[in-house]
Amino acid sequence: MERLNPRARSDPYGSRINRTQSPLRAGSVPYLSIMLSSLLPGLLIADVMPLVPPMGFLMLMVWRLMRPGLLPLWVGVPLGAFDDLFSGQPFGSGIMLFSVAMIVLELIEARFPWRGFWQDWLTAGTGAILYWLAALALAGGPLTRELLVVAMPQALLSVLLYPILARMVASLDQFRLVRARRIG
Amino acid sequence: MAPPSSRRSGFSKKAQFSLFTGYLLAGAGALLGFGLLLLSLWQPSAFAPLRGLAGDVVAPAGEATAAARSGRNDLFGGISGYFRAGSQNAALREEVELARIRLGEAEAIKAENRRLKALLAMREGEAKPVATARLVGSTASSGRRLAFLGVGRSDGVAPGMPVVSERGVIGRVLETGRISSRVLLLTDSESVLPVRRARDDVVAFAEGRGDGLLRVRLVNLGINPLKVGDLMVTSGAGGYYRPGVAVAIITETTADGGIARLVAEPSATNYVAVEPVFQPAAVAALRDPRVPLDNTQVPAAETAAAPGDGEGR
Repeated sequence: MERLNPRARSDPYGSRINRTQSPLRAGSVPYLSIMLSSLLPGLLIADVMPLVPPMGFLMLMVWRLMRPGLLPLWVGVPLGAFDDLFSGQPFGSGIMLFSVAMIVLELIEARFPWRGFWQDWLTAGTGAILYWLAALALAGGPLTRELLVVAMPQALLSVLLYPILARMVASLDQFRLVRARRIG
Repeated sequence: MAPPSSRRSGFSKKAQFSLFTGYLLAGAGALLGFGLLLLSLWQPSAFAPLRGLAGDVVAPAGEATAAARSGRNDLFGGISGYFRAGSQNAALREEVELARIRLGEAEAIKAENRRLKALLAMREGEAKPVATARLVGSTASSGRRLAFLGVGRSDGVAPGMPVVSERGVIGRVLETGRISSRVLLLTDSESVLPVRRARDDVVAFAEGRGDGLLRVRLVNLGINPLKVGDLMVTSGAGGYYRPGVAVAIITETTADGGIARLVAEPSATNYVAVEPVFQPAAVAALRDPRVPLDNTQVPAAETAAAPGDGEGR
């Protein structure tokens, strides 16, 4: 009998025989990736202007848009609190803005159940710009014209980053669902 | 992508209730965030211990990136030098000839420098630093300009201490953790620093604009004596900074002062020094004016300039 294709019983998540998904990995990857993204801007020195997009918030939105229902609706509270510890914003702004974003994305999804890439980009871009404005206004200092002007590149970067982050989250999702655990 | 069918509640009471609870919790979370936000805008230091704890956890990772940042130039320089070794030889020979000429000129400039420095009465190395550390990161995504420092309470760092590099003032310690601290950079829009012109006693306040430049506001209004290129140094008013440390250079004059560029850019520095508060007695007196000054001599000028010395948030 000739040999079968070794990958005949596999799907993108690995072999389907004798293997199952690891619940730990499936549950932790979204949260860990969002928290790491919150930490990322803190490791760079920006002395002149806010430059790095709010990575934690963008990552949360992308996960929410790509995997509806994976993150609970109230997840903005813990993730926002974590973001506030490192972002330099007054404590509470992240909690509020992340929670409001989760509710608004839920409402948008109820209104437009069938979505595509371009509409997701529009949603994430609008969300990113609104978050950018709100974060600048709530930062604790006066919102001057100069500050708005120098922060423009940050807004542009946050909008343009969506396709890259979407690909990243897609591959993270693949990693999350790999059948890594051996049964028996 | 279609929403998964499990997300539709349908007629299931349980699914409807869990959906409703989700909305309720998220709404309560948003309200909680709003309350906490109001609290931290009203009392900026309310969550400082929490932030200090969090800063301590990530400070080691910041040390690694800070080391990488200082090594980065060498790495790229080394690689590009390897590729351009041959053509560089001729260019370097030519440069050496030019450098010999410049060396002669530099001797003259050195003498002039010594004379000018004596004229400026710039005192250096006066205070013994509390600690020396790297800037390990900053709030790069926020509108606030805060930096993280790799030393904290255990090294003797306390809020209010000035942070200087070898070029000039960087900022002031805002909050401390055990092994990390937060520094309010001069460019932050909440930062106010009393300054004077280096060559005479034109006093002013340098406020951060939030875009990397400082707005210098003169205390005595009238004819604006500032010129483009003037060096502003700390005046020592307010008691936090020792006088005579370089702060900024005027790049543009306005009706009430000027716009100035920083002398010491935090992103270009490697190590910074945390210095003790210049006049702790004066700072304590300004914090609580009701306590009488018994044995401390605070010059009248310093107390007069006090209200403008922003605490920063």
